[in-house]
Amino acid sequence: MFQNIGEILLLFWLTLLALPQTWRQRRKVCEQLFEIGNASLLMACILSIFIGGVIALQTGPVLRERGLASSIGGLVGLSMCKELGPVMMAVLISGRIGSAMAAEIGSMAVYQEIDALRTMNINPVHYLVLPRLVAISFALPLLVIFSVFVGWVGGAAVCVFNREIAISFQTYFSNLRTVVELGDVINGLIKSLVFAVVIGVVSCHQGLHTIGGPQGIGRSVTKAVVNSLVLILILDYFLTRFLLYFEK
Amino acid sequence: MNGLPSNHRGVSVLVQGLRKSFRGEPVLKGIDFAVAPGEIFVLMGPSGSGKTVLLKHLIGLEKPDEGEILIEGESIQSPEVMSKHRLAMVFQSGALLNSLTVGENVGLYLSEHRTHPEAEIARIVAEKLAIVGLKGLESRYPSELSGGMKKRVAIARALVIEPQLILYDEPTSELDPLIAVTIAEEILNLNERIQVTSIVVSHDRDLAFGVADRMAIIHEGRILLIGTPEEIKANPHPLVQQFLNADFRKEKKPS
Repeated sequence: MFQNIGEILLLFWLTLLALPQTWRQRRKVCEQLFEIGNASLLMACILSIFIGGVIALQTGPVLRERGLASSIGGLVGLSMCKELGPVMMAVLISGRIGSAMAAEIGSMAVYQEIDALRTMNINPVHYLVLPRLVAISFALPLLVIFSVFVGWVGGAAVCVFNREIAISFQTYFSNLRTVVELGDVINGLIKSLVFAVVIGVVSCHQGLHTIGGPQGIGRSVTKAVVNSLVLILILDYFLTRFLLYFEK
Repeated sequence: MNGLPSNHRGVSVLVQGLRKSFRGEPVLKGIDFAVAPGEIFVLMGPSGSGKTVLLKHLIGLEKPDEGEILIEGESIQSPEVMSKHRLAMVFQSGALLNSLTVGENVGLYLSEHRTHPEAEIARIVAEKLAIVGLKGLESRYPSELSGGMKKRVAIARALVIEPQLILYDEPTSELDPLIAVTIAEEILNLNERIQVTSIVVSHDRDLAFGVADRMAIIHEGRILLIGTPEEIKANPHPLVQQFLNADFRKEKKPS
């Protein structure tokens, strides 16, 4: 386990050192961005509508009973931008994109394509890891912004159309505007950037260390997703603790 | 950088006391040999004798447990070697990048190292593909090619680099005899044209004796014999003779 952690940190460091090469790899970065957007935008939309909706559904009637129906907007707004948007999008991207990264790079490792790159003096970190890490670091925060807005709308729709809650769009959004500040959205974006780096580095590391044919590729994909999810949830707690200091 | 470096001379290779084990199982048990610049050196031996592992050490894909490999007197593990000298390897499986087209695969070194403008790369790629008999297949993907065609694309990809040292891992396996002859001729032509140093691992006795300046017979991780093809043929070592003369005939049933 400690060897794995060391290797992951080393890969992250090597990718950071390769950052000046990003402009040279811009075509691959764009391809990866398109891939991530194409694979996850619809899913992100569906997921976010229902997450926003279910928070409103769970909390709305309870708050109404206590005469706090007008604060549902703020509750959904804060939950989406500080916690559920970043974490749920990270889970989605880890499953859809992290697994694809591990599978693609893993298959290249198994079929000696990475060895072939090395013999041509092409650094696999520059050629394979850097474009993926840069793309996912841009894409995940963008997806989180999209998800937060869609989640807010999902919550609003439930508040308006559910008879047990029945508050207007105006009430919902005016409370949301009062409670949610720009700092809360930035808080979520910082989390999502960290999660993106974790997914990218862990998945690429698993891919690069794949051995043993198709079974090995399967193992790498599973490990990439599971390890990313565990790290995301652990880091979420510590990041929340850390970011709370700046709110005081 | 515009254009490939002008030094077209082959490089010398020196292997000293090379040992390698995998999970405690020794695969290379002390290999020593030297290859002169511009020489074609063939490594022959039965399957599992350590030829491919040796080849991977020669291009720096594996690190030896003991011993060293020197390219022009500099260790292959030193980071400068790969940028100072142009080395290429033709893998047994081809090892083409499946997500790229044939043309992109062949031109990968040139496009990644920005050695030529795009139009020039396209011209070089077409020329090299024509040499290996695959003219006009630039836009195909590796999955659309046969095993033999993939091998030829891999050879074209190595030729594009205009290498100073080229390593071939079973270059004629999976190829029909006509293409095998073309590949053997190309190994000789390349050697003549740019004095490239070539190290060929092969089971193909016709290829080995046809192209080699010197040969080595490797058996169970050790080199049994090094010499010119004539010296190898004349050597009475039973394992060498058994390997070189292995043949079979269908027995005729008595009528």
